[in-house]
Amino acid sequence: MKKLLLSTVAATVLMSGVAAAEDVKIGVILGFTGPIESLTPAMAASAEMAMKEVSDSGKLLGGSTVTPVRGDSTCVDSAAATAAAERLVTSDKVSAIMGADCSGVTGAILQNVARANGIVMISPSATSPALSDAEDDGLFFRTAPSDARQGQVLAEILKEKGVKSAALTFTNNDYGKGLAESIKSNFESMGGKITISAAHEDGKGDYSAEVGALAQAGGEVLVVAGYLDQGGKGVIQAALDTGAFDTFALPDGMIGDSLPIAIGDGLNGSYGTVPGTDSLGADIFKDMAEKAGIKADAFSAESYDAAALLLLAMQAAKSSKSADLKGKVMDVANAPGEQILPGELAKALEIIAGGGEVDYVGATAVELIGGGESAGNYREILVDNQKNTTAKYR
Amino acid sequence: MTDIFNVLALITNFIVIPGLAYGSQLALGALGVTLIYGILRFSNFAHGELMAFGTMVVILFTWVLQARGIGIGPLPTALIALPVGILAAVCLVLVTDRLIYRFYRSKKSPPVIYLVGSLAVMFFYNGLIRFIIGPNDQRVTDGERFIFTAREFKAWSGLTEGIAFRTTQGLTVVVTLISVTALFWFLNKTKTGKSMRAYSDNEDLALLSGVNPERVVLIAWMLAAGLATIAGTMYGLDKTFKPFIYLQLLLPIFASAIVGGLGSPIGAVVGGFVIAFSEIAITFAYRKVLAYLGPEGWAPDGLVQLLSTDYKFAVSFVILVIVLLVRPTGIFRGQTI
Repeated sequence: MKKLLLSTVAATVLMSGVAAAEDVKIGVILGFTGPIESLTPAMAASAEMAMKEVSDSGKLLGGSTVTPVRGDSTCVDSAAATAAAERLVTSDKVSAIMGADCSGVTGAILQNVARANGIVMISPSATSPALSDAEDDGLFFRTAPSDARQGQVLAEILKEKGVKSAALTFTNNDYGKGLAESIKSNFESMGGKITISAAHEDGKGDYSAEVGALAQAGGEVLVVAGYLDQGGKGVIQAALDTGAFDTFALPDGMIGDSLPIAIGDGLNGSYGTVPGTDSLGADIFKDMAEKAGIKADAFSAESYDAAALLLLAMQAAKSSKSADLKGKVMDVANAPGEQILPGELAKALEIIAGGGEVDYVGATAVELIGGGESAGNYREILVDNQKNTTAKYR
Repeated sequence: MTDIFNVLALITNFIVIPGLAYGSQLALGALGVTLIYGILRFSNFAHGELMAFGTMVVILFTWVLQARGIGIGPLPTALIALPVGILAAVCLVLVTDRLIYRFYRSKKSPPVIYLVGSLAVMFFYNGLIRFIIGPNDQRVTDGERFIFTAREFKAWSGLTEGIAFRTTQGLTVVVTLISVTALFWFLNKTKTGKSMRAYSDNEDLALLSGVNPERVVLIAWMLAAGLATIAGTMYGLDKTFKPFIYLQLLLPIFASAIVGGLGSPIGAVVGGFVIAFSEIAITFAYRKVLAYLGPEGWAPDGLVQLLSTDYKFAVSFVILVIVLLVRPTGIFRGQTI
């Protein structure tokens, strides 16, 4: 019935000849398998929620509908991610890409597929500082802040907790290295001491040797810049088992509901950071996600915002083509204009269609700076009673 | 004096206990490889996947038991499920042997054909396991997690360095001890065991003495499957079950078997511990040990680590190369490859 209704509406619009309504395809490239696979289903569902909202409103480009097309970035395998993106662009003919998630594969897709085909991509979760100065032809944006900022925030938290020395381990990829460097330089400039900065490989069965080396270097806390479904979890487990460390500092890759449950009591009292705000938008998004049956986790809100920004930019450009919309992303994201919260996408489309300006605030208080990345609001997490709780916002 | 005890605690916690557990797991795996090499005379590359298959069945059955609330107090429930896993692994290898290896035996193919055949079998098992349980981490360890924790040890001894001893580590060592003793008793004291050794030493002579080759092969496969399942389950309980990790385990297991002497069961056990302890001891950072032993304030700035932990697997490779160059038959004079 709904379909019939929709097609009737579409037909009416077509007949009235307002605009050429089309079916806009948007690629959703996230690591549905791999080290952050516990986060990606909620991320994709959030992005698709924004697309559905726009589709249902019938106000995009004179009644166009939006169809998401999913692709698996695997988070770690650049070749597989590039192939998935290539398929979406050349065979599914997506207009733009919401993704990718992990920094390494995002960089690979940007250089090999997005720039080659002139496709805009907005990543909800790639946080490597290296992406800030990557050649992008103005095609790359992210609703997640660079880790250069996260390193600063995490170092501040360590300092405030009175930590004087810390051991640091990171997952051996772009994300881990960039973040580790940022944490180290910020913490040391605040007078702290990083006793060791050692990489760990993901996907091993046993991390007792790695933890042995970290334990010998010493430190009051262990900073684990890894992934919660992968080596990061193994390192924490081994560190707790051998009694090497009791407290852990956890950057965003380690924040997710599954980790405190998997580790148990031992993680209580550890703390971390994840992009997030206490803005009105965050609460609205949470309610919306709950109603849609989505278990919002880390980066779900960023995903919603990334998809919303793409669609608003299309409306502003009066075209679903990447070449046209790439110049409009910054305009719809930042002031001046009417502030837009989650769930108000229909209103925003209307304002833009009427020639007005919008300032998309969304679920994460989006403010794009520099080459198009989020300025960076962080939520300080405290693991309490086997749950991630919010200590405060920074 | 306390410094000495602190050093001992440190070394026990980070080298001895993990080394014993890991060495036991390697020894069990290497025994299976060495048995197959001794009897069928080829390197069975599917052994890692066989371990994973047996462990997978154990995990599936453990879930059934856990869902019904059956457990054995402080010990992991997986122990009850172990016989089921062994049975499944035995069935799998016997079917494989009938369908694949028996054909090559009847044609008296050279070992390299078997070896390539076992590679194909490996890929098949690989797919089968992922098809049934998927590629992800599975943890089924339940029961008491520690025999004693680092904190308990510190409170008891008053030392600054703690020792933690996990139930699964203790269990691994005990189970290995039992399995290895039983295996050696079987090989040395029973008639079937002796006929297997005779067959391994000299095939023609054994055949002349009336040893039934098909029976020997059958028993060798059953033993290898049993040992593989025990090794895999112990590794999975102690660390984590992930199919890909069992594939990676193949390298240290083969290194153990070759270092000890291929075809020599005692060599496999010794080789397992040699590889495990060198992997751990060479990549360990000795900074704190020196700090305790040296005079006050002499703690070195560096980590005093011979090799970064990234090179753990390289250690097995290097030992393997040295052994093959210096003593190709391995420590216990096994067969040369």
